[in-house]
Amino acid sequence: MLDQSQVERLEAEAVNSAKTRQPLYASRKKIFPKRASGRFRRFKWLVMAITLGIYYLTPWLRWDRGRFAPDQAVLVDLANRRFYFFFIEIWPQEFYYVAGLLMMAGVGLFLITSTVGRAWCGYTCPQTVWVDLFLVVERAIEGDRNARMKLDAAPWSARKLFLRMTKHTVWLVIAVATGGAWIFYFADAPKLLGEVVTGTAAPVAYATIAVLTGTTYVFGGLMREQVCTYMCPWPRIQAAMLDENSLTVTYNDWRGEPRSRHAKKASAVGQSAGDCVDCNACVAVCPMGIDIRDGQQLECITCALCIDACDSVMDKLGRERGLISYATLADYNANMAMATSGVTGPVNPALVRMPSGSFAEGLAHFHLGKIFRLRTYIYLGVWSAIGLVLVYSLLTRERLELNVLHDRNPQFVTLSDGSIRNGYTVKLLNMIPEPRTIEVTLEGLDGGEMSIVGIDQPPSRSFSIAVEPDRLKTLKIFVRQPADRIRKPAQSFEFRIDDTASSETAEYTATFNSPENSR
Amino acid sequence: MSSEHVDEISGVTTTGHEWDGIKELNNPLPRWWVITFYITIAWALAYTIAYPAWPMLGSATRGVLGFSSRNDVKNEMAAAEAAKAGYVAAIQSKTVSEIAADDTLREFAVAAGGAAFKVNCVQCHGSGAQGSTDFPNLNDDDWLWGGKAEQIQQTITHGIRFAPDADTRQSEMPAFADVLKPEQVAQVSAFVASLSGPVRDKSLIEPGAKIFADNCAACHGGNAKGNRELGAPDLTDAIWLHGSGEAAIASQVRAPKNGVMPGWVGRLGETTVKELAVYVHSLGGGE
Repeated sequence: MLDQSQVERLEAEAVNSAKTRQPLYASRKKIFPKRASGRFRRFKWLVMAITLGIYYLTPWLRWDRGRFAPDQAVLVDLANRRFYFFFIEIWPQEFYYVAGLLMMAGVGLFLITSTVGRAWCGYTCPQTVWVDLFLVVERAIEGDRNARMKLDAAPWSARKLFLRMTKHTVWLVIAVATGGAWIFYFADAPKLLGEVVTGTAAPVAYATIAVLTGTTYVFGGLMREQVCTYMCPWPRIQAAMLDENSLTVTYNDWRGEPRSRHAKKASAVGQSAGDCVDCNACVAVCPMGIDIRDGQQLECITCALCIDACDSVMDKLGRERGLISYATLADYNANMAMATSGVTGPVNPALVRMPSGSFAEGLAHFHLGKIFRLRTYIYLGVWSAIGLVLVYSLLTRERLELNVLHDRNPQFVTLSDGSIRNGYTVKLLNMIPEPRTIEVTLEGLDGGEMSIVGIDQPPSRSFSIAVEPDRLKTLKIFVRQPADRIRKPAQSFEFRIDDTASSETAEYTATFNSPENSR
Repeated sequence: MSSEHVDEISGVTTTGHEWDGIKELNNPLPRWWVITFYITIAWALAYTIAYPAWPMLGSATRGVLGFSSRNDVKNEMAAAEAAKAGYVAAIQSKTVSEIAADDTLREFAVAAGGAAFKVNCVQCHGSGAQGSTDFPNLNDDDWLWGGKAEQIQQTITHGIRFAPDADTRQSEMPAFADVLKPEQVAQVSAFVASLSGPVRDKSLIEPGAKIFADNCAACHGGNAKGNRELGAPDLTDAIWLHGSGEAAIASQVRAPKNGVMPGWVGRLGETTVKELAVYVHSLGGGE
């Protein structure tokens, strides 16, 4: 077990600390995040593997839809206005499913943020994941924090040039792969890959790759934490999302202060000393370059790497983990009140510890029950309600539809035998990737018969129409009613369509107009 | 020029510009911003060289890329024409009934013919081709000169009573005001009206039938069903070009209106006339 003064002190200074805060136009202070290890780091590796895996591999998954539809599991087919997601196929007019998913994503973000803070920022945001990936490359090539700082300060040399070029080359390769993966969501991936490689793909494919390569390289490699601090609105919104029961990464100064490198010396002269040994490990690992001990701040993405760094130091010192921990503001305030005897003043660690060294009774600790509160129930309820509505409507949605447009000019035509004819544009929507034969029938309209332009059959009340797979078929239908059967100037009747094979059916109530004076 | 001067409060050098004691600090702009600014200047200059820009006395510099929005339009029009070329060629080589029977060609011809109709025909026939008194409705199934696609094509090509075209459809109903006495006109009008509906005075029908047989049946036929060779209308149906009822019929007997439709082939060309014929044929009354 180490003594406090034996813990190595890292030279690290928060980029935004009050004493070094610079005017806004100041140039960026470089950050060299040290490699962290621990349970949160392991969790982040896992999340990174899953999210990157989903992003890069999804377009290559296959899904058999028969010979009339593409076999790519996830495909946004903009040219044909179809969106395929495994067993779901969406037409443009069904975009509300996507809108519903976006609403769920929004409410889900509220739910997550109100319970575990900015978990999105810290673990799953693409910016965080790709910066993490780029940092892995940087560390592998240039070394960890100290080596990188040394290299950065060193004058240009062949070695520095080589290392830098290697790093940027690998970054660019990742960036190209990232931009390249995006386009595969919009076309058949294997075919498009061949086209891209042989230079025969559409210009928009190359333009998309170029733009996304640029943004990935610039955001992930060059701008990094500045994207979060200056460009992203979420840090500004989070304050409204968090409450006193939300978990956030917290420096527990009620047990850490006063921080001291020489606790024994301090206690020898009767001064108290907290658990923090001021080793700056938490600052050195921070990808945002901040000091969590300055309190909650908008730069903090709650990646929890400082928790890992601090926990390992606490382990070495034989102290309890959690000097930096996920804690709620309510617990923190309670413990802080205990440590300062309820008054605003310096922290006295003796107040939170028993003489034996263990924590005092009555210290607030987080328990899972805090997650279940009215607010999270409401978020969860709204989120689930939207989800249930979406699932219900998805399961019950029609795959056979018709739209009818009544001719407006002329609204009706008098024929030589005195009968009245109305024209309709009828659209049959076959929304499955199978060819179908659709029965179009007239319901109601006494004595009415229809004829269809382009179909050489005598007038009838029913027609069989072949519709191509996954396509819309437009019919021009003329409906005719004998003069002596007309009851009023505007009569309602139904166009009904049936797929006899699947017994699917749809109806549309249309109006049949006749002149005022025809009985 | 100013000498180097450092502002005491901020510790920043000033530009040397001073207004009533207020001095301008010389805070440098971020380098990326300055570089971007210079790039935009270079871009703007290069743009004025590449594209038409600098005003000269007569016109403006052409730009080395030779861009012109008129050329763009011309190219797009040419591309549109090229895209249509296959359909147009097919329409030129086929008869109108063949076009009407082909789903794809009919769709194209109806769209093209509809567009031509909106420009050239709506003035008389109305935007829905519904016609009005004295101007025939093209949606119905009553045709003076025939409702087959070829017959419609013939009518549009050469017109009706269109003097400049020797092949125009020709016929003229004579005025009977000098031939028939007023009461005879009333009688024959009552007879014609009775063929498709009730009349006020049934006693007029019988003498009217005789007058019809003597004077009208030559063109309109013994059964009054008309004659398409002569453009003589069917008088037994529900459709009346010049108005229905005894009064309107009497007026037409005394001093007939003989409408004129111009021949369109000279102005529109054969392809467009074919498209128009297919369009009119598709309106619902085509035979």
